[in-house]
Amino acid sequence: MPILSQTDAQALLKQVLGYSTADECEASLNGRTTGNIRYARNSVSTAGAQDTISLAVEARFGKRSGTATCNEFDEATLKRCVQRAEEIARLAPESPEYVPLLGPQTYLKPPSAAPTVLSPTARAQAAADSINLCAAKSLTAAGFLDGGTSFVAKRNNKGLDAYQQSTNTDFSVTVRTADGRGSGYAIADVTDAAKLNAKALTQRAADKAAGSLNAKAIEPGKYTVILEPAALMAGDDLSLLGGLFYGLDARSADEGRSFLAKKGGGNRKGEKLFDEKVTIYSDPMNAEVPGNAFDGDGLPTQRMSWVEKGVVKNMLYSRYWAQKNNVPATPFPSGFVMSGGTQSTAELIKGTAKGILITRLWYIREVDPQTLLYTGLTRDGTFYIENGAIKFPIKNMRFNESPIIMLNNLEAIGRPQRLAGCLVPPLKIRDFTFTSLSDAV
Amino acid sequence: MKRRDFVGLTGLAAGALFLPSFPSLGGVLVDPARLLEPGADTAQKKRLADAGLNAAKAAGASYADVRIGRYLNQSVFTREKQVQGIASTESYGAGVRVIANGTWGFASTNTVTEAGIAKAAQLAVQIAKANSKVQKEKVQLAPQAGFGEVSWKAPIQQNAFEVPIKDKVDLLLGVNAKALDLGVSFVNSILSQVNEQKYFASTDGSYIDQDIHRIYPSFGVTAIDRASGKFRSRQALSSPVGMGYEYLTPKAADKVAGPTGSDIVGYKYSYDMLEDVAAAAKQVKQKLTAKSVVPGKYDLVLDPHHLGLTIHESVGHPLELDRVLGYEANFAGTSFATLEWKAKGLPYGSKVVNIVADKTQPGTLGAVGYDDEGVKTKRWDLIKEGRLVDYEKIRDQAHMVGQKESDGCCYAQSWQDVQFQRMPNVSLQPGKAKLSVDELVSKVDKGIYIAGNGSFSIDQQRFNFQFGGQVFYAIEKGKITEMLEDVAYQANTQEFWNSCAATCDESDFRFFGAFNDGKGQPSQSSAVSHGSATTRFNGVNVINTARKIG
Repeated sequence: MPILSQTDAQALLKQVLGYSTADECEASLNGRTTGNIRYARNSVSTAGAQDTISLAVEARFGKRSGTATCNEFDEATLKRCVQRAEEIARLAPESPEYVPLLGPQTYLKPPSAAPTVLSPTARAQAAADSINLCAAKSLTAAGFLDGGTSFVAKRNNKGLDAYQQSTNTDFSVTVRTADGRGSGYAIADVTDAAKLNAKALTQRAADKAAGSLNAKAIEPGKYTVILEPAALMAGDDLSLLGGLFYGLDARSADEGRSFLAKKGGGNRKGEKLFDEKVTIYSDPMNAEVPGNAFDGDGLPTQRMSWVEKGVVKNMLYSRYWAQKNNVPATPFPSGFVMSGGTQSTAELIKGTAKGILITRLWYIREVDPQTLLYTGLTRDGTFYIENGAIKFPIKNMRFNESPIIMLNNLEAIGRPQRLAGCLVPPLKIRDFTFTSLSDAV
Repeated sequence: MKRRDFVGLTGLAAGALFLPSFPSLGGVLVDPARLLEPGADTAQKKRLADAGLNAAKAAGASYADVRIGRYLNQSVFTREKQVQGIASTESYGAGVRVIANGTWGFASTNTVTEAGIAKAAQLAVQIAKANSKVQKEKVQLAPQAGFGEVSWKAPIQQNAFEVPIKDKVDLLLGVNAKALDLGVSFVNSILSQVNEQKYFASTDGSYIDQDIHRIYPSFGVTAIDRASGKFRSRQALSSPVGMGYEYLTPKAADKVAGPTGSDIVGYKYSYDMLEDVAAAAKQVKQKLTAKSVVPGKYDLVLDPHHLGLTIHESVGHPLELDRVLGYEANFAGTSFATLEWKAKGLPYGSKVVNIVADKTQPGTLGAVGYDDEGVKTKRWDLIKEGRLVDYEKIRDQAHMVGQKESDGCCYAQSWQDVQFQRMPNVSLQPGKAKLSVDELVSKVDKGIYIAGNGSFSIDQQRFNFQFGGQVFYAIEKGKITEMLEDVAYQANTQEFWNSCAATCDESDFRFFGAFNDGKGQPSQSSAVSHGSATTRFNGVNVINTARKIG
């Protein structure tokens, strides 16, 4: 039941809209079926599965709006849900940020090839493969595998009709040496679970763990660094590029409270803020990271350029802010692509006289929104590079750096890889600022 | 943000209703009046729970517990002169946890009937048996006698859900109006309220009914200097608390002044939101022109609203036994305070550092009668005169450190999530000798007083941390002299706590709260309080965080 077909979803939404007496009414269905397994100390710790489906109804009278939700779909419950949304709308104050509901839209069809979803047995097998590989080498694995299918359907009395389904599987594993002095990490997210290779990823983490033993301390300061994609983007926490991508909001910039605010008023759209090698766009039709066909408002997504050759080309305009400023609204993208080159991380290392390879960053928090300054630490494998080769593992360090400054100090860009629904290349950056050492492994 | 999370958000059609930090936890939006309707009575819940326990035993479980939970939330969000959103949600269901073949299994359902819960119990046993094939360490539970049928209610004076929404909107819009009158550029304010109605039953013979309340008022003000493009914010100095609406009726006895010259007021068991926003409006404008700090070593004087977060990150987390043992290695991390480290007897902090864990303090976020695996809560020492004496542990961990009982700090964020070890309230004990904040500051030659918590980051074993704050003042020759900006301090946990020189007495003690502490995969949120008095740390490394972008 959690995943309705387009036909079934449309029929249900039509029925719901039929109960409405409001000026405007929009109904949305959201369903998800997911399962996960978690392990640590080379043993499974917990596993879970969740099926959820819910209906949200937004009713509007003039500029007054009310929303109600339910997760049962018999006629009486559906009618009550619509009535409650209408009652709440009648009592609500007029919204000064009112924007009419969208009418009919035309959507792209992002690629989806009947992707595989893992069964509970397959999840347990993946965990067992990961654990057995580590146990055989006296290493300790801790990992998490989580995936499933979701759908969203939306319809309103202005003619909007939208439906999409997606699948996603995430896997991450941390491998530690028995003495706790070495640690390595690997992560992957895939649309098609058949493409997930837990064993190969665990092997990668195990190699990093072994390679990170006997780390030496070096003096904090400014260094040339190579950041692997997992150090630039994260699905479950703040990240250097995630903070930048999702910080392209026009409203906060126009209000004067963002790194994109312009002295004296307005925003910095059209200005060159980064090195000319920096190009960032979103594209729902990208085969490697297929995106959503529409955003939360039902706006159709399309290929959109955000930064081109270092120049800010577009910013995120909500429908309200776009209406107020008389510009088109920008649909919120489900992922970003940062254009890259052809070099692998290994090739970037080869071309580096002196530097540091960062494989993962951790606990990143904003320090100053004015400059988008972030702090955080390296984790699970950090290495010193000399004359084009990794020389030795180094102890972890804390950084204080802004992605704005970082993307001006850009030396080279490698081949993009998928991470957290985005395509992210490894980056070689000069003068990356480390401020202290950490004893953490 | 993951793609599927984004897809997940689209269900809440009204964008205004989905706002950051609103914990919907699988709940559905309901009429506010619904939040006052009683849930199932204990006789009904016992019958439902027994159906789950019996089904689990019949399917081969050696242990089972059933949690029937009704989780009620309400949040009101405003900015400047408008209400952005009001949402009331209810989430009702049951989670069944079992041990079969020495392995945990868990399943949940929102079909709260005897058949529905029995089916979840059978599924949990199936999962446990399937996972037992990958299991290397059999679960061992510390013994726990059943309590029979008991109940516990948070000692609140006024259920926040009984207060009309109009009063809450008036309060928040009043706060915003005050800030705008005083010249801030932007203000947003929020009031979040939570009621957990939890029923726990286990094959040990416990049937525990509990009623828990939390409330969190907060705001943020921003001042902008358009000419220079500079902007600064100041967040509220309120704390989320385990109280009812009475927290919002200010009482003079609950106000504690910061050091002379600092313009800071701290709050104990009641909060004056209008007074705080007036202070914030004044301070945020001062922040625009405050002197940028000269980096170097300073003696820090940390107010409890700031120090609470430092305690949380550098003591509360590293002493979670699941981290120590490696269960959180893939995400939250492990801990420097391993069993081997503890055995060495090295000092965690100086002699004045006495840190206590406590799940019983009235009005705190961590206070409950029993935890989510039916263990009666208690108070215990973590650090005594600077030495680590114990960890935070639950039933399946006690034997791993040679102990026979759980500390009662097991928690699940909802009925649909499995319970696991979470942080209790962890507090620095106030000094025994009489010591006021002014007396503390008077001994500092070159220092910085920090109020409120800002940016925070710590490594995965809890050695190296960096903290900012809301408001900073320079201390020179025993006196507060001027406001500072661009301040953050970096330290190593052990060096920091060993540099702890003095802490004020009981009269200055108050609680800070963390409303959404995250741990686990999938991540779960919990709420916890941290008490302390204003405390001095010597010779801490302060950095300047100002940068220039093109």
